[in-house]
Amino acid sequence: MSATFLGIPPFPEAARAAVNDSRLRHNLRKATHTIRDKRGAVVTELEEDWERLRSEGAAIKSHTLRHLDHYLEQLEAAVERAGGHVHWAADAAEANAIVTRLVRETGETDVVKVKSMATQEIELNDALAEAGITAYETDLAELIVQLGDDLPSHILVPAIHLGRSQIREIFLDQMAEWGVAAPEGLTDDPRALAEAARVHLRERFLRTRTAISGANFAVADSGTLVVLESEGNGRMCLTLPETLISVVGIEKIVPTWADLEVFLQTLPRSSTGERMNPYTSTWTGVTPGDGPQEFHLVLLDNGRTDVLADTVGRQALRCIRCSACLNTCPVYERTGGHAYGSVYPGPIGAILTPQLRGMSSEVDEALPYASSLCGACYEVCPVAIDIPEVLVHLREEVASGPGHLGEKAVMKGAEAVLGSSHALAAAQRAAGAARNLVPRHLPGMAGAWTDTRDLPGVPAESFRQWWNKHEKGQS
Amino acid sequence: MRIALFITCVNDTLFPDTGRHVVRLLERLGHEVVFPEGQTCCGQMHYNTGYRRPAAKLAVRFVRTFEDADAVVVPSGSCAAMIRDNYPRLGGSGSRLSRKVAGLAPRVYDLTELLVDVLGVTDVGAYYPHKVAYHPTCHGLRMLGLGDRPYALLRAVRGLELVELAGATECCGFGGTFALKNGDVSSAMGADKARHAVESGAEVLCAVDNSCLMHIGGTLSRQRSGLRVAHIAEILASTEKEDALR
Ligand code: SF4
Repeated sequence: MSATFLGIPPFPEAARAAVNDSRLRHNLRKATHTIRDKRGAVVTELEEDWERLRSEGAAIKSHTLRHLDHYLEQLEAAVERAGGHVHWAADAAEANAIVTRLVRETGETDVVKVKSMATQEIELNDALAEAGITAYETDLAELIVQLGDDLPSHILVPAIHLGRSQIREIFLDQMAEWGVAAPEGLTDDPRALAEAARVHLRERFLRTRTAISGANFAVADSGTLVVLESEGNGRMCLTLPETLISVVGIEKIVPTWADLEVFLQTLPRSSTGERMNPYTSTWTGVTPGDGPQEFHLVLLDNGRTDVLADTVGRQALRCIRCSACLNTCPVYERTGGHAYGSVYPGPIGAILTPQLRGMSSEVDEALPYASSLCGACYEVCPVAIDIPEVLVHLREEVASGPGHLGEKAVMKGAEAVLGSSHALAAAQRAAGAARNLVPRHLPGMAGAWTDTRDLPGVPAESFRQWWNKHEKGQS
Repeated sequence: MRIALFITCVNDTLFPDTGRHVVRLLERLGHEVVFPEGQTCCGQMHYNTGYRRPAAKLAVRFVRTFEDADAVVVPSGSCAAMIRDNYPRLGGSGSRLSRKVAGLAPRVYDLTELLVDVLGVTDVGAYYPHKVAYHPTCHGLRMLGLGDRPYALLRAVRGLELVELAGATECCGFGGTFALKNGDVSSAMGADKARHAVESGAEVLCAVDNSCLMHIGGTLSRQRSGLRVAHIAEILASTEKEDALR
């Protein structure tokens, strides 16, 4: 029913197709640069406050992760006190089974969804479909992706890879099959597209009695869940239905309501370049006569405690999914999200996915190398995740595993040459002597260089050789 | 002042001119340059590709070679950053290597830092009558935080016209083995950087790192753009007597 990342080749190969797709390159460049510039402006205006908020955010998250067991228990107790039910899911299969059972118990076969990375991670929609339950996405971009039988390619703007005319076509072709049809004569004017989606979704909100959400934050001491969004569609899902099921990664906890103060400043600024978030919805258990009367919280591990065990890699769990690192990443800008073969694309995906899934596949092994280590992601991250550090750390894990024999041989060779200045000098003399033999196009992996770039000429004399003469000339 | 030169393996082997320019420049400013023979490579390529142990061995060698130096100049931003930012992560905390690195790293400088912060000069007496664009490499920009230093040095060069480079802070796409492992993305990034360089109207694109320049320069050369690349040392070493381009 919905597409999956299964079968997508490892990054370098998937990226090649993306790099050569000029329409995709254009869409991505325009979108990422627009958000990037907006973010830059609203961050700069905070001056040194930004750095303070950034380190406070990092500190709150690190502290919570260090004492996660404590805060999880606190959260569970608070949610239950407020009339909600808490379920623990060790992995995707368990989470899907719990949600499926809960939906079945409502007797409904349709659910509406607030955009949620956690449910994408566990591929909940597919699991529900297998059980005969249809999940309707209500976030505009997520709706576009669902209607187009496509995959999301960005954490915040899942349809970032599509242009307006492509969206118009999807609406015209698919909306009728899913509910209220697109109006005749629909243009690709953004307002017309948004209106078509509004009419389509309105009918759905009023008809559906069960909703599934994620959460941006879960406040441990009060048991409050928080969703930030820009369209108001999320609020419809969170308030209109009778039953609300929230699937939340265990790393989403903050200790107290006061901690939100930091993130409600940094998240909207980092993600959409807004000073304040348009719709911030919070709910604590159930309130008689107001909003959903049945509330379930599914706490999802799915690899997170393994990540927690890695002292370098665990900082990835601080992520608040703002997507600033995607929007600023020069690699993401040229490949888009699909090339990463992972629900979490871009720099955060390159470090989070291989940790959550483990690096047993070629796709996951390639992810830590999908970066030039330029450091732009670290610079913008509102919780100061040192993504380059984690990338190198994960590369170490890949390099210490089996395989990559050619590369290991090259590294070994380099080690021998660089292990002594005499060996290096000898290699330089050999290279200098053979300098006219270097071909313009190299075979194998080095061909990746010579396909588009000239190689520098090898000089006749290394610096070392020159220095020895220079020294003698002076004495 | 007596300054130890860490030339780096790439410069030593492929760009010996950069070393000569550094020596010429510092000697012109009245300093003594020494070249400790035992030096080879900082280990950046090993470290960044995931080969930590060989990188640590090279770090030990670097520390042994330079531990007595008053100041070490590294005409490669990424190698200077490797030493200052990554060496401390290589040895375990409290290890012998970590202690030695902690002592040495603060005395390791990129060329522009050495000139501005340690030697206290921005006008190095250079003459270079050309239009120049400066590419602030990622490591120079974000890890070393070179800031205005390179621009200040270039602005003080007589005859030089500094032109603006669009998208200056964006990565050129070199990234060491990234250029090989992800050749297509790397080339696409390099092509954008080369385009911006050509559009800047500069005759020369300069940077503090020959690796990035090798990548951008290789792209420019393949496109027969006519724009040449130069390490900042070449520009700062140039004088009326020895204008490199004449
Ligand atoms: S890693 Fe940092 S910048 Fe990237 S999405 Fe997470 S919080 Fe945002």
